[in-house]
Amino acid sequence: MSNGTKTEDTKMRAHGAGKDAGSYISHLELGEKDQTFLDSDELIINMGPQHPATHGVLRVILKLDGEKVLGTECVIGYLHRGVEKIAEHRTYTMFNPYVDRMDYVAAVSNGLGYCEAVEKLLNIEAPPRAKYIRVILTELNRLASHQLWLGTHALDIGAITPLFYLFRDREEILKIFERYCGARLTTHAFRIGGCQYETYDGFEQDVIKFLDFGLPKIDEYEELLTTNRIWVERTKGVGKISAQDCIALGVTGPVLRASGVKWDLRKAQPYAAYPEFEFEIPIGQNGDTYDRYLVRMQEMRQSFRIIRQAVSKIPEGPIMAKVPKVMKPPVGEIYHSIEAPKGELGYFIVSDGSTQPYRVRVRPPSFVNLQALDLMVRGQLVADVIAVIGTLDIVLGEVDR
Amino acid sequence: MLGRLKQRYGSGIREASTYLGQNYMVVEASIISQALQILRDEHDFDYCVDITAVHYPQREKQFDLLWILYSFARNERIRVKTMIADGESVPSSDPIWPTANWLEREVFDMFGIRFDGHPDLKRILLPEDWKGHPLRKDYGIIQQDEEWVKVNLGIESGQ
Repeated sequence: MSNGTKTEDTKMRAHGAGKDAGSYISHLELGEKDQTFLDSDELIINMGPQHPATHGVLRVILKLDGEKVLGTECVIGYLHRGVEKIAEHRTYTMFNPYVDRMDYVAAVSNGLGYCEAVEKLLNIEAPPRAKYIRVILTELNRLASHQLWLGTHALDIGAITPLFYLFRDREEILKIFERYCGARLTTHAFRIGGCQYETYDGFEQDVIKFLDFGLPKIDEYEELLTTNRIWVERTKGVGKISAQDCIALGVTGPVLRASGVKWDLRKAQPYAAYPEFEFEIPIGQNGDTYDRYLVRMQEMRQSFRIIRQAVSKIPEGPIMAKVPKVMKPPVGEIYHSIEAPKGELGYFIVSDGSTQPYRVRVRPPSFVNLQALDLMVRGQLVADVIAVIGTLDIVLGEVDR
Repeated sequence: MLGRLKQRYGSGIREASTYLGQNYMVVEASIISQALQILRDEHDFDYCVDITAVHYPQREKQFDLLWILYSFARNERIRVKTMIADGESVPSSDPIWPTANWLEREVFDMFGIRFDGHPDLKRILLPEDWKGHPLRKDYGIIQQDEEWVKVNLGIESGQ
């Protein structure tokens, strides 16, 4: 290591917040000096953990040759709260609100996955009306998550305007959540066995009003970006990943679909009331940042389609299945996963027959998808790292748990 | 599929069954690497969904180590489980599925299970010099590496 990098080394130690930066750098010592394009020293710099474009506290160590990225290493764990450990010390019901705090921009999806997993373990099923309410709220949450993603992703790349429009429109969704369950972000909307709350008077009208308001807005976002020359130049061909690499790296969600794999758990292994609705799985071809943008835009349109169908034929009936007051699932293991806005969100739960889960493992989509960052940015420019972090749509609360 | 695996490994496949509609099998730790390789190469389990562990301190072989696999071609899942004792290690599945890299690091971080041949086995969520593996059952819920907290955060307790 040359003198130049040694100074960086010491600097990083200082910023490492307790994490030993030295060993991380050793992993990045890749090339010989004569391989560098500019014939200058390789530079190792720190991006984050306090950086507005990392969407939380993510630290990325970049090995650079001028502007070109030679390698990256993600340092995560700054938001680790030990959610899986907490689960072992709570009853099944008590742990339910904790899952909302993982992917906090899509709390409803987290809750749905957890509740359905425990229901499977208990061998009960939510009544049809509850399933419809679940689908409506989960899809609304997918919209909210994608809207937040688009706003911040565009902001990272330099388009400030969309952020304001998207936050304005996301607000309407959060208002529906607030009226439904009192919370806007960490909703805790579902209970094991169904939903705790019946829909409020005027829920359907509110949702339809939002659908009429929100759908044309997607065209407006697209008008701002889809053919915008700066947007296209910053995203086309950036952060390419092939379908093969996606599968090998376990990448799921819109990132996988943008690489051309038509796979969505809502279709592949349907859950809740999804088999009853018609919708398409949008896919891309090139697996670049631009295609991922297009896929998510199409996905939002499909969500509108699903919600409209669900609201129009929401059945009457109870919203809770018969659930024992004290939940003691029989001894056994279950893995249940759903299509969260970020990808496959899975819960692996082990029951020992007591009131508390013996082990809860969360398979977080953001964590696994983030692993692909290194592959996606190698050989690209520093500015593209920002674009790729944005397009992966990670939430650090879920990466670190 | 199971028939062929059983034919090749005989008693190495300890159990293969279905619980609540989900397939799983229990495999001897000595053949786990080959079994996983065969599942990917010959049975299309091309997507490794998750790798995780469960700790049973009262057992002689304290850890259940699990692979959750998915086949895109057949839209099917399987859980592969093996049991290992404390201190025992298994071959890394990183060469089979690159996604195993971080997943195994997390298992190492939380349980202290080592994976032989892993390219970069170190802690991932906790600080590198943290002591203890929190998801072990003998690790208390409010337990922490007090020395680390004192030295690095300059406070008496993180609780």
